[in-house]
Amino acid sequence: MGIRFVLFVNKQGQTRLAQYYEHLSIDERRALEGEIVRKCLARTDQQCSFVEHRNYKVVYRRYASLFFLVGVDNDENELAILEFIHLFVETMDRHFGNVCELDIMFHLEKVHFMLEEMVMNGCIVETSKQNILAPIQLMEKSS
Amino acid sequence: MDTVEKIVEEFASDIAMSPFSSGTRLRDMIRAIRACKTAAEERAVVRRECAEIRAAISENEQELRHRNMAKLMFIHMLGYPTHFGQMECLKLIAATGYPEKRIGYLGLMLLLDERQEVLMLVTNSLKQDLNHSNQFIVGLALCALGNICSAEMARDLSPEVERLMRSREVNTKKKAALCSIRIVRKVPDLAENFMGLASLLLKEKHHGILISAVQLCTELCKASKDALEYLRKNCIEGLVRILRDVSNSSYAPEYDVAGISDPFLHIRVLKLMRILGQGDADCSEYMNDILAQVATKTESNKNAANAILYECVQTIMGIEATSGLCVLAINILGRFLSNRDNNIRYVALNMLMRAINVDTQAVQRHRTTILECVKDADASIRKRALELVFLLVNDTNVKPLTKELVDYLDLADPDFKEDLTAKICSIVEKFSQDKLWYLDQMFKVLSLAGNHVKDDVWHALVVVISNASELQGYSVRSLYMALQAFVDQGSLVRVAVWCIGEYGEMLVNNIGMLQLEEPITVTESDAVDAVQLTLNRYSADVTTRAMCLVALLKLSSRFPSISERIKQIVSQNKENIVLELQQRSIEFSSIIQRHQSIRPSLLERMPVLDEASYLVKRASTTQGTLAADKPAPAVTPGGLKLPNGVAKPATSPLADLLDLSSDDVPAIATASTTTAPNDFLQDLLGIGGVNSSTAGAPSSSSTDILIDLLSIGSSTSQNGPPAADFSPPQATDLLGSLSSSTSISGIKSAPAVPQDMDLLDGLPSNTSISGVDNHSSIMAFQSATLKINFDFKRHPGKPQETTIHATFTNLTSTSYTDFVFQAAVPKFIQLRLDPASGNVVPASGNGSVTQGLSVTNNQHGQKPLAIRIRMSYKVNGEDRLEQGQVSNFPPGL
Repeated sequence: MGIRFVLFVNKQGQTRLAQYYEHLSIDERRALEGEIVRKCLARTDQQCSFVEHRNYKVVYRRYASLFFLVGVDNDENELAILEFIHLFVETMDRHFGNVCELDIMFHLEKVHFMLEEMVMNGCIVETSKQNILAPIQLMEKSS
Repeated sequence: MDTVEKIVEEFASDIAMSPFSSGTRLRDMIRAIRACKTAAEERAVVRRECAEIRAAISENEQELRHRNMAKLMFIHMLGYPTHFGQMECLKLIAATGYPEKRIGYLGLMLLLDERQEVLMLVTNSLKQDLNHSNQFIVGLALCALGNICSAEMARDLSPEVERLMRSREVNTKKKAALCSIRIVRKVPDLAENFMGLASLLLKEKHHGILISAVQLCTELCKASKDALEYLRKNCIEGLVRILRDVSNSSYAPEYDVAGISDPFLHIRVLKLMRILGQGDADCSEYMNDILAQVATKTESNKNAANAILYECVQTIMGIEATSGLCVLAINILGRFLSNRDNNIRYVALNMLMRAINVDTQAVQRHRTTILECVKDADASIRKRALELVFLLVNDTNVKPLTKELVDYLDLADPDFKEDLTAKICSIVEKFSQDKLWYLDQMFKVLSLAGNHVKDDVWHALVVVISNASELQGYSVRSLYMALQAFVDQGSLVRVAVWCIGEYGEMLVNNIGMLQLEEPITVTESDAVDAVQLTLNRYSADVTTRAMCLVALLKLSSRFPSISERIKQIVSQNKENIVLELQQRSIEFSSIIQRHQSIRPSLLERMPVLDEASYLVKRASTTQGTLAADKPAPAVTPGGLKLPNGVAKPATSPLADLLDLSSDDVPAIATASTTTAPNDFLQDLLGIGGVNSSTAGAPSSSSTDILIDLLSIGSSTSQNGPPAADFSPPQATDLLGSLSSSTSISGIKSAPAVPQDMDLLDGLPSNTSISGVDNHSSIMAFQSATLKINFDFKRHPGKPQETTIHATFTNLTSTSYTDFVFQAAVPKFIQLRLDPASGNVVPASGNGSVTQGLSVTNNQHGQKPLAIRIRMSYKVNGEDRLEQGQVSNFPPGL
């Protein structure tokens, strides 16, 4: 299936975006987020960007104060997921212009729309920034 | 990045566009939540907001719906329940405007999942939107369907999706393709509908469609064999073409990542090629050229390029590649492994896992590097490397590799020790050529990381020691010395204490010295000191203390000269607040003090447990945990490899719960009798069956293995003075009371000779009863709660056949429901259970349940009848279980 969840977490460990591609109850999600975030935040820059947790492999990347975490299956290409995270950040950058944590908080639904254009049911659909942003820009123009 | 300007700007835009008039705006809510200093404050804000949203929902306020949904999404993200908003999603989806639908579908995907019944209500809206003229709305519906559809919805809407895959719109096509992945996953039967469509899509040019189509093909291959065959035939050419186009294409700004055109598409295609080429020489042949091209042409200085190389190497390893291609892959791998970037090293270790199946020698060449990675500062790399080392071990390199790992054990992180010890132990068990080496390694592991060793590991060690009679002296001495140095290593302490108890005299007298050993001087009181220290150590847990008490009891017979001191140590725990220790202390004191004549025979060494059957048992109980370790556990019933390198035939791995004798595999009469957890200690400390039965025992078939810890089987009791067998009943039967419900306290309508009690066992000896009655009856079982009578009817002329009429009476004031009686007999007996008269046993003996049993004793006259029984029932809905053994049958059965 590939991607099983996408999480944005800030340095304080607060979730800023959560999208799961499999069903987890609220309690399970909270526990999972807590454990993974603790593990990732404890790591240094020199360590590799992959953490194995339960039956997930978490690929993470840090941009300023935000951590972008993507949980994947064990046979997923970790390096490609790193690229995917970067692509996501670039896409947000193009839309918001120098994106920051507040942009994501206050425009949560837009970030979700972007993610929706990029990933569906855990599979990557689109990797062109222009194609990803087209529907969102159309919507903004019309309103 | 939070520049002041930005905040000001946001604030300004807030004031400018606040489309909603009443209630807090989304922005305000987020601000309020951000301003919260504690979790309690945040909860209060969320509670207030939720209350407002609920109110708005119940008043059906349409203008607020959009905003409330956005708020709910935020609240949901924070991890609060938002189920009350689910219906709102449906209403938004049913609206006509795009913005409402947009947020409605997003809410649907976030707040609902396929298990909710609400979801069924949305099927109709989805169907309408799939047929909508606006491609964006169709896209929304496809996306929602692809993310959350259930099997039912998949069946209902699959025709629409198939139709949309033929659409002219690029967006619709790619989303329909991905949506069908979910459909195929939910309903694999539908795979064949999509095979043709998927291979058609591979001819498109648009990258979005291609990547979706490739992923759909991958899913189809997993879902059905037919699809795999179809795609092998029909789309391999297309794939090769896509890969060639994308890797040769000139600069395409929209899909370019660091100078490489669409690495994502590269990777998906390579992955699909791996599935198609696996085990198919023709397909693999066809891919050779393009794979070689990708492997050589991709420059490996960018992450995106490395991602492609990584996938390419995995594909080469996965398919039936030519040897030239394999060399290419192994070289890339070597390059990765020597890279200084930790991410690259991590994936290199991953690749080596695959490579090991292709070219073990090539991987072995990197052994030193891999071993270094085991000691890396990075936990992820360590874990990967350790798994790899585990796969690399073979008979020739096991000793140096184990030494490296054991040496590192001392320095390893506490978190890592558990993984590391588990791996070392399984390596040592799997590859040990001689027992001495095995024992040495195990002692080292226990000394360095005894607190991280799983129970089954040290249980197995005890079994090995008890089997290796020539190494017992060495073991007990090594463990004694290790115990002095490493007092805090839990499992080391337990094994050491057990060995000192069993082989105390070997420790003191330097018996069984090996050539390499230095003699040591340990006095009897030193040995007792060691156990006493452990017993009184603050950190020792109940199990360890209990084992200490057993060891002391054993030492009291090994070292009679200081048994008085031992008695004192043991009796110190008479008032221990832990029941287990208190009971042991009292009972053991009494054995030491009052039963000196039988003590030596009672406290003989443990009978040797059969290693082969133990290993089989262990494998079956620990399968769950071992399954995680690849490759499959070393111990399999077929090809058994024992720690000492001696192959023994596998014996049946049956649980002991209903065993009647260790020789005879019981034939269990009722269906689905659950097997008990095979706790090895229970077997080990329970006196084993036939091995320990000695001369003078009337028949070995009556030997019992009582599950109880330290319970004494009847055959052992026959070691005692024969007179004891015929002594009058003992009022307080100390050891017998240990054997829980299996003891049978009396016999109804007893024949002429009075009921005898074994001194050491509650089980009456069946040899002592004489006298024949055609219609005899016995009380087969009695506990505080339940009484069972057996009435016997014999068949003249057929002495081996007996019909038993069992009557169950409830002794408590609550009735038993779901009463089930089960019985098991040794192999030489056949048993048939008739249906019971009911499954409710009324309270206070007001009526009873009866059940008939027919028993045929094929060894009539040679062996007496014996039945093990088990009663399960419910009291006020709570499950209860009682079990026992009936061996007080009237003679002649």
